Amino acid sequence: MKLKADINSYIFKIQRYSIHDGPGIRTTLFFQGCPLSCWWCHNPESQAPVTKSPGRAVFSTDQIPVATDQVPISQGQIRDLVETLVREIKKDNIFYDESGGGVTFSGGEPLGNPELLIPLMDACQQEEIHICLDTSGYAPFPVLKNAATRADLVLYDIKIMDNLAHQSFTGKPVNLILENLKKLSRLKINLKLRFPLIPTLTDTEENIGSIIDFLVKETIYRDIHILPFHNTGEGKYEMLKRENQCKYLHPPTDDQVENIRQIFAASGFQTTIGG
Amino acid sequence: MNPRVEQLRKKSLTKTVTLSHERAGLVTEFYKTRVSPVQSISVQRALCLKYILSNKHIFIDDNELIVGERGPEPKAVPTYPEVCLHSLADLEILDSRPKVAYGVSEETKKVYEEIIIPFWKGKTIREKIFASMEAPWKDAFEAGIFTEFQEQRSPGHTAGGDLIYGNGFTDLKALIKRTMDNLNFFEDSAALDCQEVLTALDIAADALIIFANRHSQALEELARKEPDMKRKQELIDMAAISRKVPANRPETFHEALQYYWFLHVGVITELNPWDAYNPGRLDQNLYPFYKKDIQEGRLTRESARELLSCFWIKFYNHPAPPKVGVTAKESNTYVDFCTINLGGVTEDNKDGVNELTYLVLDVIEEMRLLQPGSMVQVSRKNPDRFVKRALEIIATGFGQPSVFNADAIFQEMVLQGKSVEDARKAGASGCVEAGAFGREAYILTGYFNLPKILEITLNNGVDPGTRKQIGLKTGSPLNFETYDQLFDAYKRQVEHFVNIKIQGSNRIEQINARYMPVPLLSLVTEDCIENARDYNQGGARYNTSYIQGVGMGSITDSLSAIKYNIYDKKTLSMEDLLRVLENDFKENDLVLHQLMKAPKYGNDDDYADQILTEVFSVYHKAVTNKPNARGGVYRINLLPTTCHVYFGEITGALPDGRKKGIPFSEGISPVQGADQCGPTAVLKSSAKIDHLQTGGTLLNQKFLPDFLRDDKGRTALLHLIRSYFKMDGHHVQFNVVDGKILRDAQKYPENHRDLIVRVAGYSDYFVDLTPALQEEIIRRTSHETL
Repeated sequence: MKLKADINSYIFKIQRYSIHDGPGIRTTLFFQGCPLSCWWCHNPESQAPVTKSPGRAVFSTDQIPVATDQVPISQGQIRDLVETLVREIKKDNIFYDESGGGVTFSGGEPLGNPELLIPLMDACQQEEIHICLDTSGYAPFPVLKNAATRADLVLYDIKIMDNLAHQSFTGKPVNLILENLKKLSRLKINLKLRFPLIPTLTDTEENIGSIIDFLVKETIYRDIHILPFHNTGEGKYEMLKRENQCKYLHPPTDDQVENIRQIFAASGFQTTIGG
Repeated sequence: MNPRVEQLRKKSLTKTVTLSHERAGLVTEFYKTRVSPVQSISVQRALCLKYILSNKHIFIDDNELIVGERGPEPKAVPTYPEVCLHSLADLEILDSRPKVAYGVSEETKKVYEEIIIPFWKGKTIREKIFASMEAPWKDAFEAGIFTEFQEQRSPGHTAGGDLIYGNGFTDLKALIKRTMDNLNFFEDSAALDCQEVLTALDIAADALIIFANRHSQALEELARKEPDMKRKQELIDMAAISRKVPANRPETFHEALQYYWFLHVGVITELNPWDAYNPGRLDQNLYPFYKKDIQEGRLTRESARELLSCFWIKFYNHPAPPKVGVTAKESNTYVDFCTINLGGVTEDNKDGVNELTYLVLDVIEEMRLLQPGSMVQVSRKNPDRFVKRALEIIATGFGQPSVFNADAIFQEMVLQGKSVEDARKAGASGCVEAGAFGREAYILTGYFNLPKILEITLNNGVDPGTRKQIGLKTGSPLNFETYDQLFDAYKRQVEHFVNIKIQGSNRIEQINARYMPVPLLSLVTEDCIENARDYNQGGARYNTSYIQGVGMGSITDSLSAIKYNIYDKKTLSMEDLLRVLENDFKENDLVLHQLMKAPKYGNDDDYADQILTEVFSVYHKAVTNKPNARGGVYRINLLPTTCHVYFGEITGALPDGRKKGIPFSEGISPVQGADQCGPTAVLKSSAKIDHLQTGGTLLNQKFLPDFLRDDKGRTALLHLIRSYFKMDGHHVQFNVVDGKILRDAQKYPENHRDLIVRVAGYSDYFVDLTPALQEEIIRRTSHETL
């Protein structure tokens, strides 16, 4: 959606009527900044960390506290920001109630900004809004735990099991993500897994086998959403003058997707195609 | 689709629309040779109908199961010279115009030239209307402040109720007789008028019975000659049915459908009122017949489907009578606004969705015809399955069915003073108009140009188009020191023009009451018999007149642009604004850019939405409850048909940045492209007006097929609908757009700012996507719509 005033550099987009980021009709807040840089990222513009550069316009009116072009730092500014964002989120309450929807914090990586995320989650909890946290899991565990325990549902990516390959294709090793997932499992956090199906990168027999092994041995999670690759970020990479590493990849065929789905299903996983 | 249906459907779809002079010829013949000066006008009209129905050609197509045509053959559209006489020039235009053409044969032109035109010139209702209108009405009409439905079509807009399913015309004739016997010539000075009306109704009943009997004879004739035994039996059965209805009440599903269809043809032969006639709550009315026939083994689901399909094709055989001039512009279409209502609640307030509802939905999907239109009435009592089935059909992308809030319609009716029983049998017809089916004459009188009145206000009452002082002198806008002063001037101008419109419409209602009664339509509209008054004289149980407001989004955004820039932020002066409006924004990009910054309706932004509710309130208060000439009152609804295009054509540049001549926003939808926060924000914004105070509002939403493709998408849409209806929204229509529209959006992104596409697990505005991604989606979409 279009956001008019330059409210902040924390949120790069707010999208109402999101229907693929958790149950029901949701409002999704996309946080700016991501520690990973996955080759297949749809939103490469959200990867850069929060900076002092003029952010994108975020709100539909300009009757909103303006943080000009600097990152809010004070508690007061955080409070204003939370209040503004909650007001925006609450606008669709009637749709959340009807559909069992709510708010989704996504990104970028929402855990990159816990000083905003946590108070925002608290405020949404106060309003009894259903909260979804959509995360890569790449964050210090205390930060993740703080957010995950406040969420009604966590959407957690599982991409590549091999540490080196993960490092190559996402820019960071995988072990922290896997360790974090084990810990969430022990806390019995309500969580759904998301597996980006990127032909040749994530869909190898070996990788899928390792994912299943790991999940079955180390976690309680058996619900996985398979997200087939689309080369939709292409133009954005061009605009950002960055190389699109997935330029020559083709989206998987329906048969390929179904194959992968069956492998998960055969190991007792509940599977869904898409978000 | 079975071979019979397929063949009939194909025939109807491929047949070109022609203009028939059959009816005009018969009417002329009747008035030339058969009227007697001692007959009242009511009786003359009834005898005229009887003459037409006794003499017109009876057409029965091969393999038809439902019979009856308004013209001598399908798609042959009659004219109504007693209402509106087409000139030879009109006939040429109709024959040759590229869109919505009516083929006119040389013979028809000759008959018109030699017989029809010489007889009717100077005698038509249209001429009577224009002759009786006063200068302020004519000036406003010419300036395009409002349109007038009745200048070419007779008053109408009525849906059939449940009366005919329990009564044959013989029963209605008996009721006429009882009422006649009770007339009091000792004390009631109107008794003679009543007697004339009742006599006319009785003749009209005979006229339709004669028409049905003529079909019966023709069918028997065909049966005798038919070599195929199966078809022979069908013809014999159909002959028996046509002998039975409408004289007697129907007892089977087939009889009920044929009864309605004879009546439909009768009503649209009598005068073809605006928005034709329609069967209303079809699933509710037919379900008892369906259930009984199935139980007794007379009908199967398949044979019911076949009958319904044949019924559907009959509607498609009947395009709207040809309109010309302004009336063609406000509603330029073959669609005659026949509509089928499904779902809602039953008489005793239970979930009205039944087995037949789903069967009819199947037929709608399979027939895929623009006529009859279909509407689902969604009550909170209806199951989700019903709505989702409708959404599956909507997803196929032909704009049907549209979705209505049954609980809101009920409340609208009750707020208007209708009985609870009548309100439960109500529905929507035409575009979105709520009415008490079978019991209400809710006449649409014309569209009302709300943005144009701002233009007039900014010109101190002068219309820049015609240069005439047609409005009040509310003062130069340069002297308005506050927004409230400006808005007050706008309000006074709206009231001024509403009063002119209403005075004109009241004259027209009286003209139609006096000169153009409709005995057949009166016969089947409840209380006309008991009141011994014609439909056009206020005989129905409820009598409402509507004025349809147009351009809510455009007027709201325009006022918002003024308030925001001139009075709140003071970034522009009134001089600046008037100058750029005068120049149609030529060489004034900076001012235009500044104007565009104002908040816009459709974004769930209270700044703009507050203005919307104020405009609504001004219009609502100016119109609602003013008395009409039929013992009822005026009310508003908010729908445009295609009038937002015509009104746009004759309105100059507007402060919202819209250039001269460009169409306005339609219905209560936001200005094209002004809504940028997604569908929930649009619904929130539009729910801020009080829909229950209207007789209908129209909201369009565009979606890509992708949104409705899977269950998840349809479920989300279901929730969207339910939420909107919780907020008392009246109607929402989902336009599923295809690749062609996306191509257009690439070329003209400014026209498609509101087009949302699902990209990959998320959604975005199409015009915001990179060219490569747009291409990708177009490919995907056109693939999906194949």
